[in-house]
Amino acid sequence: MKEKRRTLPAGYAEGVRRAAPLAVAVFAFGVAFGLLARAAGFSVFVTLVFSATTFAGSAQFAAVSVWSSGGSLVAAVVAALLLNARYAPIGASVAPWLTGPWWRRLLIGQITVDESWVISNEGGGRFDPRKLAGAGLLLYAAWLVGTAIGVAGGGFLGKPEDLGLDAAFPALFLALLVGQVHDRRALVAALLGGAIALVLVPLTPAGVPIIAASLGCLIGLRRPAPPATPEDDPAAEDGLP
Amino acid sequence: MTEWLLVAIVGLGTVALKGVGPLVLGGRRVPDRLTGVVSLLAPTLLAALIVTNTFATGTALVIDARVAGMAAAVVAIVLRAPILVVIVVAAVAAAVTRALT
Repeated sequence: MKEKRRTLPAGYAEGVRRAAPLAVAVFAFGVAFGLLARAAGFSVFVTLVFSATTFAGSAQFAAVSVWSSGGSLVAAVVAALLLNARYAPIGASVAPWLTGPWWRRLLIGQITVDESWVISNEGGGRFDPRKLAGAGLLLYAAWLVGTAIGVAGGGFLGKPEDLGLDAAFPALFLALLVGQVHDRRALVAALLGGAIALVLVPLTPAGVPIIAASLGCLIGLRRPAPPATPEDDPAAEDGLP
Repeated sequence: MTEWLLVAIVGLGTVALKGVGPLVLGGRRVPDRLTGVVSLLAPTLLAALIVTNTFATGTALVIDARVAGMAAAVVAIVLRAPILVVIVVAAVAAAVTRALT
C-alpha cells in the first residue's frame, strides 16, 4: 500500500480497459448535454466549466432542463444536488482505499462516479484505487470532450437514445450486480434497494429514491460481515436478517 | 448571467459531496461492523441505479425501450456473455425497439 514506484501498475490500464465501452456512451451523452446547454443559452465556457466541475450527467441534465423550462435557480440547484447526494456515501465507501496527500484523495473523489466506482469494486467492500483512477479519468475525458463537441454544435451523432445508449448504463450495473451477489445478505440488500427505489420514484423528487435505497445497506449492521469472527454478538447466531 | 450562479453552486456542491468522504476518511481503516455495511452498499445502490435507469423518467415510472434493452441484457448475462457484449446487446435491443415503436 505504501510503495512509491513510478511504473504504471496494471490496475490503471485495467480500469481504462473496463471503462472503454462506457466511455463511448458517456461521450455521446456529453455531446447531448452540450447541445442542450447551448440551446438553453449557456455559453461555451460556462458549459465546459459545468462538465469539468460537476461531472455528473444526470444532475447536469436535470439542472439545465429545470432552469431552461423556467424553473427557479433554487429548484435547479436542489434537483442537481439531490441527484448527486449519492456521492457522499459512494465517496465514503472508497475512502479507506485512497492513500496519499489530501489533494490527491480529493481529486480521486471527483472522478469517482457511478461507473468508475462500480468498475473498481472488488466485492466485500474492497475497492481498487488504481482501477478507480484509470476508469474515472477515461470517463472524465469522454464527458468533457463530448460536452465540448456538443456545445460547439456537433449534432451529427444523433440522439444517444436513438442508439440505445441509455440502456447501456443499467445493463452494465446489472452485469456487475450479478457478480456482487455472492450471499444471501447481498441478495436481500439488493432486493431491498431496488424495491425502495421503485416505490419512491413516483413519490419523491429524482435523486431521493437512490439515497433512500442506499439505507438498505444498513441491514449489514444486523450481522457482522462474513469474514469477521463472530464476537459476543447474539445476532450472529440468527438465521436471517 | 444566473447560469453562472447555477453552475458555480452545483459545481462546488458536487465537488464537496464527492470529496468529503475521501478527504475525511481517506486511508483510515474502518471498523468491521461498518465494513459489513459498506460491503452491502454496492449491491444496494446498484439495484437502485438499475431501477431508476430502467424505469424512471423524472418522477414517472415508464416502460419503454430501455426495458427491452434490459431484457436482452438479462439473456446475455444468463448466457455468460462478457460485460462488453452485455452492454452492446442492451443498447442494440433498445435502439431497435425504439426504432420500431
